[in-house]
Amino acid sequence: MPTTQSAHATSPGAHAISIRNLSKAFGDHVVLRDISIDIDPGQVVCVIGPSGSGKSTLLRCVNLLETPTSGQIWVGADEMTDPDVDIDKVRRRIGMVFQSFNLFPHLKVLDNLTIAQTKVLGRSKDEAVEVARRNLGRVGMADREDAFPSQLSGGQQQRIAIARSLSMDPELMLFDEPTSALDPELVGEVLAVMKGLAGEGMTMMIVTHEMGFAREVADRVVFMDGGYVVEDGHPSEVIGNPKEQRTKSFLHRVLNPMVIEPEEIHPDGIHDHIADIYDGGAR
Amino acid sequence: MTTTTVARSSSGLTRRQRARLNRWVQYAVGLLVILFLAAKTDWASMADSFARGDVAASMFPRLLTEALKNTLIYTGLAFVFGLGLGLLIAMMKLSSIGPYRWVANGYVELFRGLPALVVLFMVAYGIPNAFPGFQFPGDIYGKVTVGLGLTAAAYMAETIRAGIQAVPKGQWEAARSLGMGPGRTMFSIIIPQAFRVVIPPLTNELILLVKDSSLVYVVGVSIAQYELTKFGQSFLNSKANATPLIVVALSYLAITLPLSSLVRALEKRFAKAR
Repeated sequence: MPTTQSAHATSPGAHAISIRNLSKAFGDHVVLRDISIDIDPGQVVCVIGPSGSGKSTLLRCVNLLETPTSGQIWVGADEMTDPDVDIDKVRRRIGMVFQSFNLFPHLKVLDNLTIAQTKVLGRSKDEAVEVARRNLGRVGMADREDAFPSQLSGGQQQRIAIARSLSMDPELMLFDEPTSALDPELVGEVLAVMKGLAGEGMTMMIVTHEMGFAREVADRVVFMDGGYVVEDGHPSEVIGNPKEQRTKSFLHRVLNPMVIEPEEIHPDGIHDHIADIYDGGAR
Repeated sequence: MTTTTVARSSSGLTRRQRARLNRWVQYAVGLLVILFLAAKTDWASMADSFARGDVAASMFPRLLTEALKNTLIYTGLAFVFGLGLGLLIAMMKLSSIGPYRWVANGYVELFRGLPALVVLFMVAYGIPNAFPGFQFPGDIYGKVTVGLGLTAAAYMAETIRAGIQAVPKGQWEAARSLGMGPGRTMFSIIIPQAFRVVIPPLTNELILLVKDSSLVYVVGVSIAQYELTKFGQSFLNSKANATPLIVVALSYLAITLPLSSLVRALEKRFAKAR
């Protein structure tokens, strides 16, 4: 299998995230196959790939929302896959932003941002509110601290969710398709906030379908397919000049959604057609 | 048949006219039944049996200061005990540890399958016999709390379990991702949301408990400890008149109807926080 993974010359603990020989299977269904990736502090890495390629599972393994089947993961100097690790303690340092926002609907916006600060970090109420307000300002939501999440648009909710993570002062942030559940006109405001974070030097690992964002903001793009890392490099290479046929055909379809003509769709469904494209290309 | 768009039956009426006629016939039949029953009823005898003002008046003020108060106390104690135990059992049912689940499932099956009266008897007479020297704290109050609460807990455990499972998995993941431990996540994030879901069914449980408190007399209560039903029954016997039953019925409604509207108010208030 042709891959262009980064060399592992340095020790795992020296990176923001180190993933070594990670495999994950749900029963017989293998989702991740022997993945190794290092992400350095301050890097913005976009993970792209077709649905079912394992990119979300990879991201969720990093903060152990999914338990790896084998392999090792370090976040900073802490090995997440060590059975003795204090997982709650390491997770405080990892921000996580979900596709479905997952704000706490029974709490007002301000309380969404303060609850973990007071109960996990042990900050005083006053300090937590101050931090929360500062981060609401960062995402442009300073005026909505008394709203309930259900009173906000999807884009606003996702910005609040980012502010909630930021309020824990994380060392790095994970984004799991943060704009996929949004109406198209609301995507921009969330991407703008993420771009701002990238500019401030936040370490970010982002699973996304936003190629324009990946191209403009990411330091590095990882293309995954079938549980493998197929290409890994600067966006100008992976998106601008992909080497692997699978990357090319994926990008071709994402960037030109109308490329598949109606008459090309098989009676068995469009997936067979896509499988044909892959089989023709990758082998 | 012509091609007209309004379908006409053989009676010459349109469908809408027939529906209207049908409705008026039903009103008329209902009214006739009511008039017939009203004419057949001996109103004087009815009033004498069920609505004697002097009998009703004689029940005051003890109706309020003792009977109603005791009903509320018994209900409240059993509800709080049942809620606490029910929450514990709900968590056991959701536990990843097998024996906890087995115990919780066995508990629910057992106490849902037994009449509340049997459980109350067992607690009030069985336990003191089985454990000589054991005294329920508060004697009758302890017996009632446990005796009614055990049954209520079984029902509430099922309700609470369903409520907890109705909270989306993403809530759990979001809280854990912020570094909250499992217990903290459960109590700060999951249970507050679950309770919004279960407030209507839990209030039904409370209303059922209000009515189950009428079983308390079997524990052997002093006159000052009578709840509404026993209190009404004593008047029924001494006055040889059914008016106390009406008074008691209205007293129960005075408890349960506000509970129902309280639920509606709470649902409305929580609606925007969901």
